[in-house]
Amino acid sequence: MLPKLSGEQVLEQLRLAIVIRRFEEELIKLAGSRDIGHFHVYIGQEMTGVPALYLLERGDLSFTTHRNHGHLLARGVPASQMYAEILGKETGMMGGRGGTLHLCSMEHGFPTTSSAVGGATPLATGAAFGFQRLGQDRVSVCLFGDGALEEGSWHESINIAAMEKLPVIYLCENNSLEALGQKAGEYPSSTLAAVDLIDLVTPFGVPTIQIDGCDAGAVHAAMGEALHRARSGGGATFIEARTVRWPGNRPIWPELSTGETNFAMAWDSSLVPTEYREWHAEQDAVLRFIREILAEGLIEPEAILAMDAEVSAEMKEAVEFALASNYPPAAAAMEKVLA
Amino acid sequence: MRTLTYGQAMVEGLRELLESDDRIHIMGQYFLGLTPQRALVGELAAEHPDRFYYPPIAELGYLGTAIGAAMTGMRPIVDLATASFMFQAWAQITEEMANIHYMSDGQTKVPMVFHFNHGIRGGGAAQHSHSPQAMLWNTPGMEIMLPSTPYDVKGLLKTAASTDNPTAWGDHVKLFMMEGEVPEEDYAIPFGVADIKREGSDVTIVATSLMVQRSLAAAGKLASEGISVEIVDPRTIVPLDEAAILESVAKTGRLVVVDECHRSCGVGAEFSAIVAEKAFGYLKSPIRRVVTEDVPIPFSPPMEEYVEPTEAKIIQAVKEVID
Repeated sequence: MLPKLSGEQVLEQLRLAIVIRRFEEELIKLAGSRDIGHFHVYIGQEMTGVPALYLLERGDLSFTTHRNHGHLLARGVPASQMYAEILGKETGMMGGRGGTLHLCSMEHGFPTTSSAVGGATPLATGAAFGFQRLGQDRVSVCLFGDGALEEGSWHESINIAAMEKLPVIYLCENNSLEALGQKAGEYPSSTLAAVDLIDLVTPFGVPTIQIDGCDAGAVHAAMGEALHRARSGGGATFIEARTVRWPGNRPIWPELSTGETNFAMAWDSSLVPTEYREWHAEQDAVLRFIREILAEGLIEPEAILAMDAEVSAEMKEAVEFALASNYPPAAAAMEKVLA
Repeated sequence: MRTLTYGQAMVEGLRELLESDDRIHIMGQYFLGLTPQRALVGELAAEHPDRFYYPPIAELGYLGTAIGAAMTGMRPIVDLATASFMFQAWAQITEEMANIHYMSDGQTKVPMVFHFNHGIRGGGAAQHSHSPQAMLWNTPGMEIMLPSTPYDVKGLLKTAASTDNPTAWGDHVKLFMMEGEVPEEDYAIPFGVADIKREGSDVTIVATSLMVQRSLAAAGKLASEGISVEIVDPRTIVPLDEAAILESVAKTGRLVVVDECHRSCGVGAEFSAIVAEKAFGYLKSPIRRVVTEDVPIPFSPPMEEYVEPTEAKIIQAVKEVID
């Protein structure tokens, strides 16, 4: 299902999804040629992050995780600055102080990014607390994976949000299960005793929405409902977006096991390789989004390839920018400990 | 000048902050612990109900909530009550609060204050007697104030609430009934400026919080024996007025550090290391530390006294460095 938006807006979301996919693919390729340290990619979850964050307004704040690249790109952070930060260059958003695990940009509504699982749930709750008490009509979004629900910070935070009716949206991207597990209905994750993730929410009386995180229209509708509740004084919402774990995330380091995405697979099934057929034919959320767009006749296949070519060129340029950038002066490490 | 108790000066400071700055909100209510003066905080809360938040028993959750709120322009002053409870909130203090400004390259500021009552209060045993200031000092990214008088607590609090940095504010419950002069007019004490609490020429004592008062009592007795002690109270350990410490040691040539942290890697250990590194040539005798021994704090009164820095131990240490 496509988001209930204008054709132009849907295509804008498609472009953002392609940006994320190509950004991460270029990054994995870059990691093959040099040591860039530990990093996490957002491949496979594009159609959760893009439509969810599309609805935010300037001044709203989002708190993401170690798997943050897609979220920042969805809000328009320049890829060149992100690659530069990931490479520790002075042209990165944080001048090399944070790297991939802490990518943030206050200008784009990401004040800080915690890579400690469950680290940001109190922070997002607190931003909503600040908005409410200072009388600001703003919403705080907490983006996290299913693992954060195993942390104590989750229970302390949702209790505060529920009691104070805070304008916060907890968007849980459940990528805990691989394709086969999901088919067998084995939610939620292997290290949670709860039968269902929302069982960790309902005792607090916070409304919950469970959706297919690969269904852009469902994400759009759920976020719309949650934002309306938050902005109208109705308090918090918990959304569980069930995504499919991309096979390339299976190893310790991301690998392009499914290859660089050929978006033409969306309309030409003869291009789908035998290996990872299920991923390409059914599970890849971006390919699914493209099929839905084509079914609505919003754009011609050739125009999608042209869009992709443009985005891919931009990503290559952004990588070049980052590679050509200087490292920060080493002694700058001593600065900005305090304001 | 008028005289206030430490507790009165603290609450007066909080009241003036609430009245002068709409961005200041208070979370928690045990600033004065369960001491007789705690009603002062209750009165303040009754005057400003919209500015007080009573959090659940969830130190991690509400300390983190304060951090998040501070990013929206609020200036929260959070009370964690007994310092030992801080460990429940440790991940938010060390992983989030202290790192945010640096990690974000200064894009994001966390203008908050968090308060705790540290130290051996008598019968607190192992889980209500911590002095975690050395652990905090080992976490770059926050300022740390440890007042020792009514005048200092109010003046330092004013500065803490006005900076864009997170500030850790440690009080000692044994100070709350102490009286001291506090001017009627508004004032603030800048961070990083030590106060010479007593001038002397034979031995320098460096101490903070309650240990300043204990050292003053010891110095009074030593004076009657003809020993002149100078007491340097840094008031904030981040930022630290190193120059004041070194200058005093240069004058006296002897150093006794009095501190309630445990011996190993405590605040006293750091003071000692700084002087050993930068003023070794001035020292006429080895540095002595009068600090809490490296054991969990025991409950039984004689055992408690055995492990803590006492007036008698301070007097003994001063005499030893002079011999």
